Amino acid sequence: MVMQEYIGFVVLFPFIGFLINGLLGSKIKSEKIIGSIGSGVIGIGFAIAVVIFFQMLASPVENRSHIIEIFNWINVGSISINVAYQVDQLSIIMTLVVTGIGFLIHVYAIGYMHGDKGYWRFFAYLNLFIFMMLNLVLADNFLLMFLGWEGVGLCSYLLIGFWYDKKFEKGTTNDAAMKAFVVNRVGDFGFLIAMFLIFITFGSLNYETVFGRAAVFSVGDATIFWIALLLFVGATGKSAQIPLYVWLPDAMAGPTPVSALIHAATMVTAGVYMVARASVFFALSPSVMLIVAIIGALTAILAASIGLVQNGIKKVLAYSTISQLGYMFLALGVGAFATGLFHVVTHAFFKALLFLGAGSVIHALHNEEDIQKMGGLKSKMPTTYKTFVIAALAISGIPPLSGFFSKDEILWKVFDAGYWPLWILAAGGAALTAFYMFRLTILTFEGSPRWDKDKHPHEAPEVMTVPLIILAVLSVVGGFIGIPAALGGGNAIEHFLDPIFERSNSILALGHHDVVPTEYILMLLSVVIAVVGILFARHIYLNRKDIAEKLSEKYSGIHNLLWNKYFVDEIYDATILTPTVKASDKLLWKFFDIGIIDGAVNGTAKLINIFSSYTRRMQAGFTQSYATYFVAGIIIILAILIIR
Amino acid sequence: MIPLNYYLALSAILFSIGVVGVLARRNAIIVFMSIELMLNSVNLTLVAFSAYLGNATGQIFVFFVLTVAAAEAAVGLAIIIALFRNKMTVNIDEINIMKW
Repeated sequence: MVMQEYIGFVVLFPFIGFLINGLLGSKIKSEKIIGSIGSGVIGIGFAIAVVIFFQMLASPVENRSHIIEIFNWINVGSISINVAYQVDQLSIIMTLVVTGIGFLIHVYAIGYMHGDKGYWRFFAYLNLFIFMMLNLVLADNFLLMFLGWEGVGLCSYLLIGFWYDKKFEKGTTNDAAMKAFVVNRVGDFGFLIAMFLIFITFGSLNYETVFGRAAVFSVGDATIFWIALLLFVGATGKSAQIPLYVWLPDAMAGPTPVSALIHAATMVTAGVYMVARASVFFALSPSVMLIVAIIGALTAILAASIGLVQNGIKKVLAYSTISQLGYMFLALGVGAFATGLFHVVTHAFFKALLFLGAGSVIHALHNEEDIQKMGGLKSKMPTTYKTFVIAALAISGIPPLSGFFSKDEILWKVFDAGYWPLWILAAGGAALTAFYMFRLTILTFEGSPRWDKDKHPHEAPEVMTVPLIILAVLSVVGGFIGIPAALGGGNAIEHFLDPIFERSNSILALGHHDVVPTEYILMLLSVVIAVVGILFARHIYLNRKDIAEKLSEKYSGIHNLLWNKYFVDEIYDATILTPTVKASDKLLWKFFDIGIIDGAVNGTAKLINIFSSYTRRMQAGFTQSYATYFVAGIIIILAILIIR
Repeated sequence: MIPLNYYLALSAILFSIGVVGVLARRNAIIVFMSIELMLNSVNLTLVAFSAYLGNATGQIFVFFVLTVAAAEAAVGLAIIIALFRNKMTVNIDEINIMKW
């Protein structure tokens, strides 16, 4: 029995959960039932995925990829597109992450959303999200991937604006939801054009067909360049990279489990997955690879620097997510596709944990998100504190936690590929990461309490802490799937993924390098960087807060720049939004819509009106005038006949 | 024998008188009579051609026209009577209800 055949059920169960909770949820009064259905369907999916994964491990390498056809979806002319799932090494890893982390976050949400009036709606959306995300990662063609791609965008919109009447910054959460959706549309446009190009060039949207045919193109082909570039534009939208990252910080308006699931662990890594899946295109266009690497490195350091000064607990984590996604793209850009995926997995563990920990704190302090109004929660919430610190250590890259292995591998691959300026950016970003994570941790959990006296923070219920503990364990051990050869490991995940990237690796001609002393030096260096960052943060925020104030006064210009997020939102406002709104108002609406379109419609009516105001006089109701017309008509016809 | 042209000329004259009567006279009865005149001018043409060509079809056709004209007269007069009862006039320039 081949378990891969059952992949359809992994996808189907979340959809069933969505239908039950979405259609009948308002009738079900018990939160327990709704929550159990919502997380149960994901749990079943995860269990099936685990079995498939182990069966895949047990089978020989050449027999690990299966395509499971569910039904024929579109059949027009030469286009034939199936709803078919490609179960291979890459998609099963993503499936495990999506369903595994998804399950834990669903369970967490049972406690977090307790008492919310939209409880059933929340779980329905979350289930729909998992369904869409699974379509995205399991699809065997670009169109089905695009369906999932748009579907997760929709769910992201619905969930960011979940508390649609809640105030958020200058507007409501709805504004943040719309911002996310619209910015994503920009990226989706790139994806769509890329898909058209793929179809025109290869006559198919099927991965196997397309990549098989693409492999014969020469390196640097113009068409492939555009396909890769446009696909990357799509990825920058979904995965929040420069220049389209602006939606992700605002996406924190949604409930915290949403931030953890969609905007940290799964959806935002869709772009990374897509680039990895289409790696052949990227391998064939070295210039796009360079763009990907540069954008990734710049995003990593830029977002990390903004994260240094932000005060919203989720805001800091959001910028941290953007920064970490930058690392993933950096890895992809230097051709280390498997390493990028490795970081997706470890990042999913510790970033989900950080968000859930933040959610636990926000929950305890009754929706307080400002870290300047926290502090001293260490003793009140020991489990949250411990798990949060583990995650912070992991993301900072302290060995032997998971973040160390993946981030260090990326840094090494970047250096090894010869991009040392990018390595400096990335290493700098790593230092900033360690610093802002511990600034966040210390301001939240240590020092003296700064919250209102009437609040009584206490540890979250077990349904929330158990997922925290599980994720903490994963954050610790997650890195062991990719211990590099330099540390005596086998780098299991990269070897597991090797067959997927066989084609692109042969194009890039990346050989396996022997372990060199530089690798150890760099490894040591990155650990030192992280430790220095942590100690620096501890020193400032635990003992000498005056240093932070003095620094921000001394460099008030830089502080102002960072505090205002490099004014990127304002720049977009001035250069894109305002001109668009003005042009829409003055040109499209008042001139084109009212003047030309309405003018044409109303003008036609007016013309007919004028015409008929003359012709109506012919129909006066007098018999004899009608008879005159008859006679006139006969005379005219006769005249024509005679003259002719 | 009278040549065919004479019949046709007479018929044309009668038809024209009928047309003018329909267009110019105001009394509905006169208008009606003018229509009958037009019909009969056509009958005259048909009979003339029938005799000229030695073909009876035209004469048989005239019988049909006469029958239809009789039926039309019945309906037409009924309409005129109904009009008179409602409007107290048979002057068709005072009646302008045929516009809806």
